[in-house]
Amino acid sequence: MRHIISVLLENEAGALSRVAGLFSARGYNIESLTVAPTEDASLSRMTIVTRGSDEILEQITKQLNKLVDVVKVVDLSEAAHSERELMLIKVRATGKDREEMKRMADIFRGRVIDVTESTYVIELTGTGAKMDSFIAAIDAGLILETVRTGVCGIGRGDRILKV
Amino acid sequence: MISGAEIVIRCLQEEKVDCVFGYPGGSVLHIYDALFKQDQVKHILVRHEQAAVHAADAYSRSSQKVGVALVTSGPGVTNTITGIATAYSDSIPMVVITGQVPTAYIGQDAFQECDTVGITRPCVKHNFLVKDVKDLASTIKKAFHIAATGRPGPVVVDVPKDVTAQMCEFEYPKTIQMRSYNPVVKGHLGQIKKAVQLLQEAKRPIIYAGGGVILSDAAEKLTDLARKLDFPVTNTLMGLGSYPATDRQSVGMLGMHGTYEANMAMHHADVVLAVGARFDDRVIGNPAHFGDEPRKIIHVDIDPSSISKRVKVDVPIVGNVPDVLDEMLKLMDASFKTDKVAVGDWWKQIEEWRGRDCLRYRQSELIMPQYVVQKLYEVTGGDAYITSDVGQHQMFAAQYYKFDKPRRWINSGGLGTMGVGLPYGMGVLMANPEAQVACITGEGSIQMNIQELSTCKQYGLPLKIINLNNGMLGMVRQWQEMFYSKRYSQSYVTSLPDFVKLAESYGHVGMKIEKPEDVEPALRQAFTEYKDRLVFMDFIIDPTANVFPMVAAGKGLTEMILAEDL
Ligand SMILES: Cc1ncc(C[n+]2csc(CCOP(=O)(O)OP(=O)(O)O)c2C)c(N)n1
Repeated sequence: MRHIISVLLENEAGALSRVAGLFSARGYNIESLTVAPTEDASLSRMTIVTRGSDEILEQITKQLNKLVDVVKVVDLSEAAHSERELMLIKVRATGKDREEMKRMADIFRGRVIDVTESTYVIELTGTGAKMDSFIAAIDAGLILETVRTGVCGIGRGDRILKV
Repeated sequence: MISGAEIVIRCLQEEKVDCVFGYPGGSVLHIYDALFKQDQVKHILVRHEQAAVHAADAYSRSSQKVGVALVTSGPGVTNTITGIATAYSDSIPMVVITGQVPTAYIGQDAFQECDTVGITRPCVKHNFLVKDVKDLASTIKKAFHIAATGRPGPVVVDVPKDVTAQMCEFEYPKTIQMRSYNPVVKGHLGQIKKAVQLLQEAKRPIIYAGGGVILSDAAEKLTDLARKLDFPVTNTLMGLGSYPATDRQSVGMLGMHGTYEANMAMHHADVVLAVGARFDDRVIGNPAHFGDEPRKIIHVDIDPSSISKRVKVDVPIVGNVPDVLDEMLKLMDASFKTDKVAVGDWWKQIEEWRGRDCLRYRQSELIMPQYVVQKLYEVTGGDAYITSDVGQHQMFAAQYYKFDKPRRWINSGGLGTMGVGLPYGMGVLMANPEAQVACITGEGSIQMNIQELSTCKQYGLPLKIINLNNGMLGMVRQWQEMFYSKRYSQSYVTSLPDFVKLAESYGHVGMKIEKPEDVEPALRQAFTEYKDRLVFMDFIIDPTANVFPMVAAGKGLTEMILAEDL
């Protein structure tokens, strides 16, 4: 099962490597991991997408909680939540493809943020699945470069992760 | 204002550290200079940094204090890794202070630089790099706090040389608050009630007590509880001494080399009360085989991640063991009743298993290692601190020395580190200078830190080294005999030194004992005439002796090989 785990941790040098080291040492899988400071600069928030059985997930949350730098851990996927990812994709945009790329970007509610005579950079946000379908929908030969942030997520409504 | 180096020493004084084990070098010279100018904190100069950490670890195991080691950067740090990992595996509270190159040189591949925080990260409870002298005192305070609370463990504090030179006001924080670190203490009352209910209903109960009982100083409470319940108690290798081994209710150690009765009782129990233990692979054997038998498990542990890690638990209780046991005892009021009839039948069954007398061993013309341990037990009145290394001798020590008190059995259970025995003896003697301390070892293990004979001479540490010399890496040989058709690949140790001369060359007493009838007199002489000397006793033992019972790797707990089966 896929899980999205949110972690609040001290914004200290080395905190990220403690989490990454934990996952590799115990053989847990990381599909994506994002981290950045929160509105309180002393805290970082990390979103980890992982897969595993209920037992493994139980261990992952317990082991994360055991790290001295970790303040709080929640499994977002246990209840209603929103998840978003940002992708920047550079595509060849010449001839008839130029028109077509613009159209596809519009359909997926993307924005063209950089334009040259032969290329576009398209910005897209949404779920990971949406990025995947955009990539599948355009001609693979026209993709020059992609970069994705990995998922970040937040609980819906009154579910709040705060110190 | 005082220097960072002086702050380090003042912090140790504030923590009431009376002795540190260490080895100097460039990056810690300021600290050693500050150490020189005072006499409150004693320093033991080892001969290898690994031994400093092992000694600090044993100092902690045999007292209730946090052990401290002090080493230089680079190779000083890399030499400590085995020691730190050993302490981490057994959850031993320890603070290791490491020198580091000056902050401006970090990351420049400077002389004797290594990424200490990076290299120790997977084997510490936590670590710190102190970049500003203003943070030094509070960081050391945090280090001691983290090491000793919750599930204990080693903490490394890496201090760059320039930080030890900078001047700063010294103020040692009285308490420390960390929003990210608040280990639970009290167990959940609802869960404890459920546990007590289960104990009343149990027909074939067992108490399974591990190292957590010793680490949390809960042996007395556990004994009270067990006596009140009249349930059998089994101990893990790490838990030996948490319940008196000579008591009727003790069924001995369980696991790979556990007793027949302990393993049978553990497997067939309908209610297991696990306290400060973690169901590891050397304890329950094959988890699938163990899981086949229906039973209810109550698990008391300070570390939530130890619960339901290897076996599913029915009543998890996260909390400090003595606090939880207290709550349990409180709930066992007048109305509390166990099923006396069923438990009586269970005891009959256990006595029958006990009747197999699984620790009986073959007689020989040569000295049997088991016999040496039995005689050592008699000569020391069962009251010595016993350190051991890793191998057959370790298992013989665990099986035949009956530990009635906690913190007397000092060995590397989790990591299984050969070479700990001698430095462990030093740590125990520093914490308990008046005690009888013996190190049960093998000729393989003892050579892994043999250089510490020199340290023992310098500080007059009267350790009694019981070398069970079989000329073999015995435990390896045993596995090769049993599982590799006697292909003894690299398990024979040739070119052994003359241990008597070796000991004498270090200024100690050496003895070689070759006949069974000489065992007891030699031991008596060592503990009386040579009471104040280190005595290296080289016992030439029957090299074919094997450790039984044995649960082979991957087998179920009841699938034991007994000595009589062969
Ligand atoms: C540092 C280290 N290296 C290797 C091993 C693997 N090992 C476990 S027991 C053993 C043999 C120990 O021989 P010895 O110390 O002579 O004790 P004996 O088994 O003969 O009593 C070995 C090599 C270990 N536990 N630790």
